[in-house]
Amino acid sequence: MAILITEKTRVIVQGMSGRIGQFHAADMIKHGTNVVGGVTPGKGGGSLLDRPLFNTVREAAEEVGAEASLLFVPPPFAADAIMEAADAGIKTAVCVTDGIPAQDMMRVKRYLRRYPEARKMRLIGPNCAGIISPGKGFMGIMPPHIYMPGRVGIVGRSGTLGYEAASQMKALGIGVSTSVGIGGDPINGSSFKDILQLFEADSETDAVMLIGEIGGPQEAEAAAWAAKHMKKPVVAYIAGLSAPKGRKMGHAGAIISAFGESAQEKVEILTAAGITVAPNPSAMGETMARVLAGQRKAA
Amino acid sequence: MDIHEYQAKDILARFGVPVPKGGLAWSPEQAAYRARELGGHAWVVKAQVHAGGRGAAGGVKLCRSVEEVQDYAGSLFGRQLVTKQTDANGKGVYRLWVEPACDIAKELYLGFVLDRKSERIMIVASAHGGMEIEDLAETDPTSLRRMTIDPAAGLVEFQARELAFGLGLTGTQITQMVTILQACYRAYRDLDAMMVEINPLVITGSGDLIALDAKMSFDTNALFRRPEIGELRDRSQEDPRESTAGDHGLAYVGLTGDIGCIINGAGLAMATMDMIQLAGGEPANFLDIGGGASPERVVRAFRTVLADPNVSVILVNIFAGINRCDWVAEGVVKAYREVGMTIPVVVRLAGTNVEEGKAILNGSGLPLITADTLAEAADKAVAARPKLAA
Repeated sequence: MAILITEKTRVIVQGMSGRIGQFHAADMIKHGTNVVGGVTPGKGGGSLLDRPLFNTVREAAEEVGAEASLLFVPPPFAADAIMEAADAGIKTAVCVTDGIPAQDMMRVKRYLRRYPEARKMRLIGPNCAGIISPGKGFMGIMPPHIYMPGRVGIVGRSGTLGYEAASQMKALGIGVSTSVGIGGDPINGSSFKDILQLFEADSETDAVMLIGEIGGPQEAEAAAWAAKHMKKPVVAYIAGLSAPKGRKMGHAGAIISAFGESAQEKVEILTAAGITVAPNPSAMGETMARVLAGQRKAA
Repeated sequence: MDIHEYQAKDILARFGVPVPKGGLAWSPEQAAYRARELGGHAWVVKAQVHAGGRGAAGGVKLCRSVEEVQDYAGSLFGRQLVTKQTDANGKGVYRLWVEPACDIAKELYLGFVLDRKSERIMIVASAHGGMEIEDLAETDPTSLRRMTIDPAAGLVEFQARELAFGLGLTGTQITQMVTILQACYRAYRDLDAMMVEINPLVITGSGDLIALDAKMSFDTNALFRRPEIGELRDRSQEDPRESTAGDHGLAYVGLTGDIGCIINGAGLAMATMDMIQLAGGEPANFLDIGGGASPERVVRAFRTVLADPNVSVILVNIFAGINRCDWVAEGVVKAYREVGMTIPVVVRLAGTNVEEGKAILNGSGLPLITADTLAEAADKAVAARPKLAA
């Protein structure tokens, strides 16, 4: 059933009346996503793209049964909007916004822990391209036509590098169950490990492509978890072999500031955990094809 | 965003951290005046640059007369100070800080950083200060004490006390340290800092704690609500190419190779740079044109990359999601004509409106080198470099 989003998921867009929100909401609807409404404080009672607009997420949850929310809210207000979604009982929130202050995200993460596990919202992003289950639906800014439906999960920090992986796989006839962009910020809602757990439990995913980059401890954490708990094969690529230490490479989180955060060190950690690492970004697709072929042979 | 030592000391002092008094100087004469004003018989003159390792690079000196202060200041002003934390060009010295010499009995290390694992502010402290934290982590890792702070409760006093005792402090030093720790935490939290470092935090001959050096950097994403911090930005300490690119909404990092890169998305940009290296070349820069790039922004990207005299080839790699290949192609053609391109340009387009984009490139009649895949683009860029004369 893929992860996080299917054709049934009832999606709202926070910030739908903005230029960018409206553009992407229209694209999502065009590709079959079940968008049930939008939230913009002050615009409640109106409608947009033939969907009702609400003042609050709680109203959207009560009146149209919103269970997932995509956020196009500007950085100064994004943390507040995420917490609002969590409190209204949204199950999955995807935040595209780039430029949220780190301490706001610290507060958000602390806030999300207020709720018991069963009611806790899963946050994807911020500063991410979103999530897509090809042929079913998507929440985000990706071009849906580059993805072929299939049985490989993708999880990565970078949007465009995720597109690159999906198109390399498509060229080799390998499709995608769900692709998840976890975003390039130093503090994000879901980690590589969180998403690996979902893919491991998903009956429609056979293998996972993990696309990491310099900076932060999440690739190492995912490697340790996969080595212990994962039966499905994982193929990885880590961007930034040529990145100098201490320089921020575009993403707020893409900076080597501690031991184990360089691309070389992460490649070593992943390899030691039994994960097949693609030797270069152009070989992500063929490495996955090789691993899948090896699986079939073994079976 | 980094600020100068004297600015960090000023901020921390306002939150309650004891710092030496001192004076800022914009000229050798003013440095001498500051020394006289401060009084005493010995002064430390410190170059104000956004880089550590100043002492070893000759940017800090103990002077024993006002004349020496002035002479040394004269030798510093306008100099490019090259430390182990700067590139080969160094950082320009345009401001000096003059302080009375301090009687040092012991040096401690104190830092506040954002810990990405716990997603909290973390204190890192050591009873062995004075050297860079990286070196400390290598030579004396067991001396480092770490403690994270719950954002809901803030830095609780017992935590601060535990740390103070753990560092071997005694008597009134304990309460002094608690005050310093809480002041640093409040400054970090209230001003959206990303890093606060006091190194060394000194125990003076009379047993008191004082911040002899201080460093702060701030979250650029939070500057919208910290205008007073934004005002402390010193563009003379930035790579002018990077500041100019930033002014135009481009994320640019200058590097040392000769293949100029124009890419969308940070991850794809890093991956393309990796691919260039694997193909035997060296990237001249990191550049992310961002989403929804107009032809004008693409032209701007070309100008930014071409401002680097080392660039001998340009590689454009776009995988369009919210971008449009036709807009990028228009930008490439426009840039080529406007800047009077004299070096080879390799273009790889994929994603949204790719056919329209390719048609624009092919129809332009320009000698553009096109590629369909990432690997092909990198290979062609490396091959297109002018051969060095033997």
